[in-house]
Amino acid sequence: MVEVHGPKIYTYLFGNTSFPITETMVNYWIVMVFILFLCLFLTSKMEKIPKAKQAIAEKIVTMIDGLVDQNMGKNCRHYSPFIATLMFSSVFGSLSSMFTLRSVTGDLNTTLGWALIVFGLIIYNKIKTNGFVGFLKGFTEPIWVMTPLNVLSEVATPISMSFRHFGNIAGGLVISTLMLSALSSLSSALGLPIPLFQLGIPGVTSLYFDLFAACIQAFIFSMLTMAYVGSARE
Amino acid sequence: MDPKAFVAGMSALGAGMAMIGGLGPGIGEGYVAGQACSAIARQPEAQADVTRTMILGIAMAESTGIYALVIALLLIFANPLVNQF
Repeated sequence: MVEVHGPKIYTYLFGNTSFPITETMVNYWIVMVFILFLCLFLTSKMEKIPKAKQAIAEKIVTMIDGLVDQNMGKNCRHYSPFIATLMFSSVFGSLSSMFTLRSVTGDLNTTLGWALIVFGLIIYNKIKTNGFVGFLKGFTEPIWVMTPLNVLSEVATPISMSFRHFGNIAGGLVISTLMLSALSSLSSALGLPIPLFQLGIPGVTSLYFDLFAACIQAFIFSMLTMAYVGSARE
Repeated sequence: MDPKAFVAGMSALGAGMAMIGGLGPGIGEGYVAGQACSAIARQPEAQADVTRTMILGIAMAESTGIYALVIALLLIFANPLVNQF
């Protein structure tokens, strides 16, 4: 019997069952502390002529700034810290499964939280550029009959963003678990003295499902954020 | 017949059928990759741009398949219907 578990609940905040402290939250705090110390390490003792670690930090900042300039237009540099935060918490949150922590993004709560922040940003920027009346008027374009569809497509944005990221990572998790149990039952069915099939094959598939999917999904998530917020500012 | 067993069996069947939704993204992604190949063959200097756009487009096309996967996972691991009987 193969079982795939959701994130474990460690304890309850104030003993109230409405506020569980889950594995995801604990792992996300670990990831956040890791990112904080990585930033402190990369940017300590900065010099005019950069050494290796400062060069890495500068490369990352230049890359994010370039992406923001390219996808959101000029005068949007103040969004690049937010985009970088999303991208790196997504990358390290997904890659935490490499260090035996359950993926932070393999939980819908995490990705839905991020997507709701992005949704708030989109609405805020639309109201800021068009005014509140213009924002409401935007729903009736091209004709008033389209209003329900426009509202629906607006609401669908955070749902599709969060489900895309969650589904990719959680799907990888389920496939890895199924594959590991299939390989172990194959080894025991052939009566091998050592579990030969589990030796290297899960590593190869994990290269795709963990490393590649994690990086691609982080890229997609921040790319879509930039595209939506950028188009809301026009 | 035990209604719980019937619902569970039908849910498993539904999960399998939901994954037919993987057909569309497969066709679409193959088409996108083929078009990107011909675009790179025509203009090799635009390879970086084409590749980035292709990966973004593929991920967008993949999302419909992932919705199918989420529905399938929901039906198997977090079925809301079984506990109604």
